[in-house]
Amino acid sequence: MSTLLRQETIRAGDPFMARIDAGQRVRLVDTEGNEAIDTFFFNAEDPRERYSAVDTVRRQRKVYLTTGTELVSNEDRTLLTIVDDTCGRHDTLGGACASESNTVRYAHDRKFMHSCRDNFLLALLNWNEDFSKRDLGPNINFFMNVPLSADGGLRFEEGISGPGKYVELVAHMDVLILISNCPQLNNPCSGFNPTPVEFLLWDA
Amino acid sequence: MPSNAFLLEERIPAGCHHALLLKRGYALRLTDLSGDGNVGLLAFNADERSERYNMADTLKAQHTHKLALGNVLYSDMGRPLLSIMGDSFGWHDTICGTTNAAMIEATYGLNDFQLARNGYYRNGRDGFLMELGRWGLGRRDLVPNANFFSTVAVDDEGNIALSDASYQPGAWVELRAELNVLVILSTAPHPLREGPTYPEGDIEAGVFWAGEVPASDVCRTACGENQRGFENAEAWFALPDGGPKA
Repeated sequence: MSTLLRQETIRAGDPFMARIDAGQRVRLVDTEGNEAIDTFFFNAEDPRERYSAVDTVRRQRKVYLTTGTELVSNEDRTLLTIVDDTCGRHDTLGGACASESNTVRYAHDRKFMHSCRDNFLLALLNWNEDFSKRDLGPNINFFMNVPLSADGGLRFEEGISGPGKYVELVAHMDVLILISNCPQLNNPCSGFNPTPVEFLLWDA
Repeated sequence: MPSNAFLLEERIPAGCHHALLLKRGYALRLTDLSGDGNVGLLAFNADERSERYNMADTLKAQHTHKLALGNVLYSDMGRPLLSIMGDSFGWHDTICGTTNAAMIEATYGLNDFQLARNGYYRNGRDGFLMELGRWGLGRRDLVPNANFFSTVAVDDEGNIALSDASYQPGAWVELRAELNVLVILSTAPHPLREGPTYPEGDIEAGVFWAGEVPASDVCRTACGENQRGFENAEAWFALPDGGPKA
């Protein structure tokens, strides 16, 4: 029997960061449905090793993430594996929203809206001041629907998640998880209404 | 490209790494002489090198996962670093990253410096790091690269495969700098390329003066997103050295 070590509600638009030891199991719950959870990982012992979207895609020869996907680092090692997924498909190419990309994608006056990059930087610098923007790379967007088309297109579309859908991961090494519960109001990634999500952690 | 000669020219053998400082208004023309080449590319704002090419921002701003004529390579700060002002190729990959030593050995066999001296099979990860290190950058700066002259098709299920369209001898692409850009190149093979023969054939890299971006520019006018991106790039230069021009 595994023991529940930690359960946290991450409010809409909030950052979150935690350590997950090798063997521990994490569940992220999309409590109310269609809430993008922007997520990134570091090797806890050597944060220069971090999640790599392109190495994850390249290793599995597939762009979407689901049960069985190994989350691969920039050193081509497995950080965690997705072991359960009641949503079915997650994005890793759309990245995180930021003031700067909001000005490009929507309008210059969206610059001062809250964003995942602000969350990421605040959580990282509160954790350890050695972190900076250089430590970030393209992240995972759990519960976000970004289909790619055969003619080369990529779109942010209405979500395919729903209330209570969850994803579970097991860590292969000691990692840090960095989360932004996405505050984006300009596209359907959080259903135009950001909502809370749950973080649960069990021992090995 | 103007008919006069390049201002700078280099031929990069397959597998090698190279870097150049491409100031605003200059352009880099890359040519895949053999058709079997791949050019992994990273780009940084030379005036503030924490600003760098961002794959995800490039893709979502332009609703694309391929790069072609009219696309720009966005930085993580909402500015275009490089604009694809000319392109004979049509579909450059953005989503596969590069190779490391173990991947090269698994695909092409062991052929290291001990065995082959300078004919050894080089990999992209080490090449990028050796070049980044020359400019005071390191592992934190090795972000997902673009792969020019490699086409990666995606099916409805999301499965990816290297396309035969990647083989186009003489294909070229022209990248114009919209900021002062540090360009880092690796000509190691694409990570989805199959062995067992390691590619041969040079990449030709030539620099020319492209000049001011006209209002009708194909990259600038490609979409509203790019219009705003170019405005952001202009704002970066809004405070010229020595004050405003008279």
